[in-house]
Amino acid sequence: MTDWLSPDEWRAVALSLRVSLWAVAASLPFGILTAYALARWEFRGKQVLNGIVHLPLILPPVVTGYLLLLTFGRKGAVGQILDQLFGIVLAFRWTGAALAAAVMAFPLMVRAIRLAVEAVDPKLEQAAGTLGASRPWVFLTVTLPLILPGVLAGTILAFAKAMGEFGATITFVSNIPGQTQTLPSAIYAFLQVPGGEKEAARLVLVAVGIAMAALMLSEWISRAVARRIAGT
Amino acid sequence: MTLSVNLSHRFGDFTLDVAFEAPPGVTVLFGRSGSGKTTVVNAVAGLLRPDHGRIIAGGEVLLDTETRTFLPPHRRRVGYVFQDARLFPHLTVRQNLLYGRWFAHRRGPDNFARVVDMLGIGPLLARRPAALSGGEKSRVALGRAILSEPRLLLMDEPLAALDEARKAEILPYLERLRDELHLPILYVSHSMPEVARLATTLVLIEAGRVAAAGPATELLSDPAAAPALGLREAGAILSARLAVPDEDGLSRLDCSAGPLWLPRVAGRAGDSFRLRILAQDVMLATSRPKGISALNILPAVVREVRLGEGPGALVQLETGDEMLLARITRRSAAALGLKPGQQIHAVLKAVSVAQENVGHGRPGADSP
Repeated sequence: MTDWLSPDEWRAVALSLRVSLWAVAASLPFGILTAYALARWEFRGKQVLNGIVHLPLILPPVVTGYLLLLTFGRKGAVGQILDQLFGIVLAFRWTGAALAAAVMAFPLMVRAIRLAVEAVDPKLEQAAGTLGASRPWVFLTVTLPLILPGVLAGTILAFAKAMGEFGATITFVSNIPGQTQTLPSAIYAFLQVPGGEKEAARLVLVAVGIAMAALMLSEWISRAVARRIAGT
Repeated sequence: MTLSVNLSHRFGDFTLDVAFEAPPGVTVLFGRSGSGKTTVVNAVAGLLRPDHGRIIAGGEVLLDTETRTFLPPHRRRVGYVFQDARLFPHLTVRQNLLYGRWFAHRRGPDNFARVVDMLGIGPLLARRPAALSGGEKSRVALGRAILSEPRLLLMDEPLAALDEARKAEILPYLERLRDELHLPILYVSHSMPEVARLATTLVLIEAGRVAAAGPATELLSDPAAAPALGLREAGAILSARLAVPDEDGLSRLDCSAGPLWLPRVAGRAGDSFRLRILAQDVMLATSRPKGISALNILPAVVREVRLGEGPGALVQLETGDEMLLARITRRSAAALGLKPGQQIHAVLKAVSVAQENVGHGRPGADSP
């Protein structure tokens, strides 16, 4: 079955999956924390944090990509530190693509989880406290199970966004086949070449397939979770 | 163990400023809604940090604003039964009940089976809260709080959200709890029948202040406290023992002043009951009346006559070892020439002791 896609095309699909999974997995803990903080805590700079989180949703992706390059590029403030201290280079590597995807998907993830946190009655958390549970335990045993459907929805949404990320990725890590050429970059590359429509169409089908599978999986999981909670 | 509460807190233009002691037994915080009762309970639980105050439970300081001591809720070992049950929807009844035990480090003996049996929730253990009725939820919430091994139970109108039938279902369990668990219970209520059935100590809260506090039997027969309790519902409590369970559909209960005949009361001879006798259901006669349909006449001595602002008067009577309260008109009080120390007869209409107000005083008694 590997025949119907060329090795380069397979690499693009595999890279996209890897980039998206890492982007989502690495940003999920921060997403939950940020969503919880925005939903429940009152602190100075809350509006600023909210703005920064949502910025990638509103800015042109090219701008986000360029800002990432300025910050995390080899000459960038953070990029230099990462390179010199840990030998981590993000620019023009697949890890950079994962960072770009994570940043772009973050607002969608946070929004979904935040809605779920806001739907949890704080009175339940108070009740757990009077039963002897400390704050972290209340979160793990009451809040987290109750926001699980929202966390799943946010994760799938972020995954889909990461799979489709193009503008920031191509600006930050370029379009190097086998290294930073993700599925959308590959489709774009094929469309730049005369006669590349066929290859592009095949990749489009793959993209649609992955997106549909992710969507159905999330529906199935959230229904199972809802049944568990409402069940007898 | 005694709970000692002293706190003041301001919200907007409302000021709460209360101090009272809750000895073992059920201490009812009684007052209108908005009088600040729930705030007091929340402060004891640690859900609210008052401006000033000191709360001590059994020698341990839960809160002291002077020394900036504030024990967080999860370290107070205070069981809280909320008005709205607040069961965890994602857990089964069994998991809800065992939730507190995870954190209690098994201090006491395993009383899971006993509590489940006492509350009659055995058949519900595998269900989730969504599949429970209101009364069932209340009982599970009660069990969950007890099983967290608290040193003190707080109940914020646990029956207020229930209809009369469900209340009647839960009240016997609360009475068993009071009599079997030996936990101090702080109970918020604005229902006189609940107070009459459950209270050992009564703290009357009015507009954020303690209007009166003391043993429930004393306070309920105190003419000075009656206006605050509500004149219509003012009434004393007599304790009685069931002597003759059934004779012509009536039961004879003996109280310290003599026998009373009531419509049949379920129970066995020897069972104890708390009888609530409304002040407006007590008539007074200077000589023992003859040719009267009322069955229950108790000899009494007038202790205090308190004239109200309107046409009424409240008379406190000593009958046997206990107190009764009678509400009559000022005109009658004058006509009878009532004065402290006077021998008198209190006529109680047999119907005046309502069934719902016949509470059990003995552990393990069946519900009426």
